[in-house]
Amino acid sequence: MPANGVASLNRGTVALGRAIATPAVGPLVVLVVFCAIFSLSTHTFLAVGNLSLVIQQSVIVGTLAIGQTLIILTAGIDLANGAIAVLGTIVAGRLVNDAHNPVLCLLLAIFLCTFVGLLSGLLVSRLMLPPFIVTLGLLGIVTASTRLIAQGGAFPVTDELLGWTGNSFIVDGSGVTYGMLIMFGLYALVWYLLTQTAWGRHVYAIGNNRLAARLVGIPVQNRLLSVYVFAAFLYGIGAWLALGRIPNADPNSLQNANLDSITAVVIGGTSLFGGRGSIWGTLVGTLIVSVLRNGLTLSGFDPLWQDLVTGVLVISAVAVDQISRGKQR
Amino acid sequence: MSTAAESKTPAKGEIVLEARNIVKRYGHVTALDGANLELRAGEVLAVIGDNGAGKSTMVKVLCGAVVPDEGEVLLDGVPVHFTSPMDPRKRGIETVYQDLAVAPALDIATNLFLGREVRCRGILGSWFRMLDKRRMKSEAQKEMTELKFRLPSIESSVEDLSGGQRQGVAVARAGIFARRLVIMDEPTAALGVRESGEVLNLIRTIRDRGLPVLLISHNMPHVFELADRIHIMRLGRRVALTTPKQHSMGEVVAIMTGAMPGNEQAPGADAVK
Repeated sequence: MPANGVASLNRGTVALGRAIATPAVGPLVVLVVFCAIFSLSTHTFLAVGNLSLVIQQSVIVGTLAIGQTLIILTAGIDLANGAIAVLGTIVAGRLVNDAHNPVLCLLLAIFLCTFVGLLSGLLVSRLMLPPFIVTLGLLGIVTASTRLIAQGGAFPVTDELLGWTGNSFIVDGSGVTYGMLIMFGLYALVWYLLTQTAWGRHVYAIGNNRLAARLVGIPVQNRLLSVYVFAAFLYGIGAWLALGRIPNADPNSLQNANLDSITAVVIGGTSLFGGRGSIWGTLVGTLIVSVLRNGLTLSGFDPLWQDLVTGVLVISAVAVDQISRGKQR
Repeated sequence: MSTAAESKTPAKGEIVLEARNIVKRYGHVTALDGANLELRAGEVLAVIGDNGAGKSTMVKVLCGAVVPDEGEVLLDGVPVHFTSPMDPRKRGIETVYQDLAVAPALDIATNLFLGREVRCRGILGSWFRMLDKRRMKSEAQKEMTELKFRLPSIESSVEDLSGGQRQGVAVARAGIFARRLVIMDEPTAALGVRESGEVLNLIRTIRDRGLPVLLISHNMPHVFELADRIHIMRLGRRVALTTPKQHSMGEVVAIMTGAMPGNEQAPGADAVK
């Protein structure tokens, strides 16, 4: 039958197209290319200490980007995740400075972040408000609350527990921080949830075709709520990682973390339209941005080039997504 | 997974789903005015009617999306009260909608089991909530083969399929999970002529496997090709019950539009049978 030949040809091109477009293959190629360029153009990039630094620099945004990925997969967006993490750092920092029990302070900070996620989740899932608007509003509310709590001050982290995520041990000459391990652990956990459980399939289905998800009986509202709550819990962990990375809780820190997390998700190949993408893509996207910033600095470029190249990457990634979607229509 | 084959199949001709004197008003508009409907075992019953005749309200009542003001719905002779679309599903009634109710980015097996995922046995499933992907894949493959529904591969994305195959996935899902009957609300409305053919074959296979099908359609050729009986609605009631052999397409359209009287009492008559 002649139709068979056409079908198999189609299948071949489709498979090829998908390999380039959707999973982490495309971003991975970009990451490898950047690493190759910088290891040729500088002597210091491949030094063990530097690679450890690249990963350390990506820990905070990398963790925020996990939550961002989950929300974007449901066809939402989170504009407040940096602000939520800063809230966590300030609450924990201030309370510990006031000589409260560090364990309780840290738990309270993470709980507070999670609570903000409960708010946004309820607004998005029950009132059906657009995630963009909800998180834009929360950005203002959370940032202002953080400053009110901080009362104009910053809180140096001296406590062992709060700073623990910045501690490191040496493996083969390069420093591995506990924060890195936590981040990689969270990636593994979310990979499991997204690919091996029904919850993960529901997250994809909701982002891909919400009506269909509802019609097949997926509890769409509860799933959305769980995504926002879980994402905000991850932001709380992100706050702890931030305290370890920069041992000073400052309300003015992490100003760019939110947009950086969206950048990482998008460069990692996850579609802003929802329903497509992978958590590994986000990890690769985070590393691409980190490698780029580090490599350009080592090569002696003006820091402005970092933002410029990142901007080009974001637009290219979205263009690839849009074009591959267009072909499937 | 329960399939049609496992559940008890009532003798052919027995009434499976029945609606009696259903009334549904929206403000001053009476969408259903004492409507009756009987779906018998082993048949494809086509429900047709002009726009506003009440057929879509009838379907919504039967699939739980609308609660009627009066009248009752009986499943296997037992009154049932559907208040949400999940209620009929729990009783083995599946509905296929005209919008393609599939997630295009996900693969066929995933779509078939969406919302009804099968977990691994033992601790992996109960504690770690791990999906039994292999089992779902092989079950999906088996069912698709039994339904004689040809697909490139159970692992290909739904978006790589034609429109007919996509709707076929939705129809197959209903056919696989329904234990009592399948309701199809304009399943071919979004499809081209050739694509409709694949879906029509699938509906026929589902009926032949023993599941009665309630088919709502605008498309007369499809109705005449598939239906064992035709239920014609007008002004919120059934005005005629016929078969493709008794009446021609033109006559059916005439009954539908009121140009020709049906074989039941005229709409608006107060007498109840």
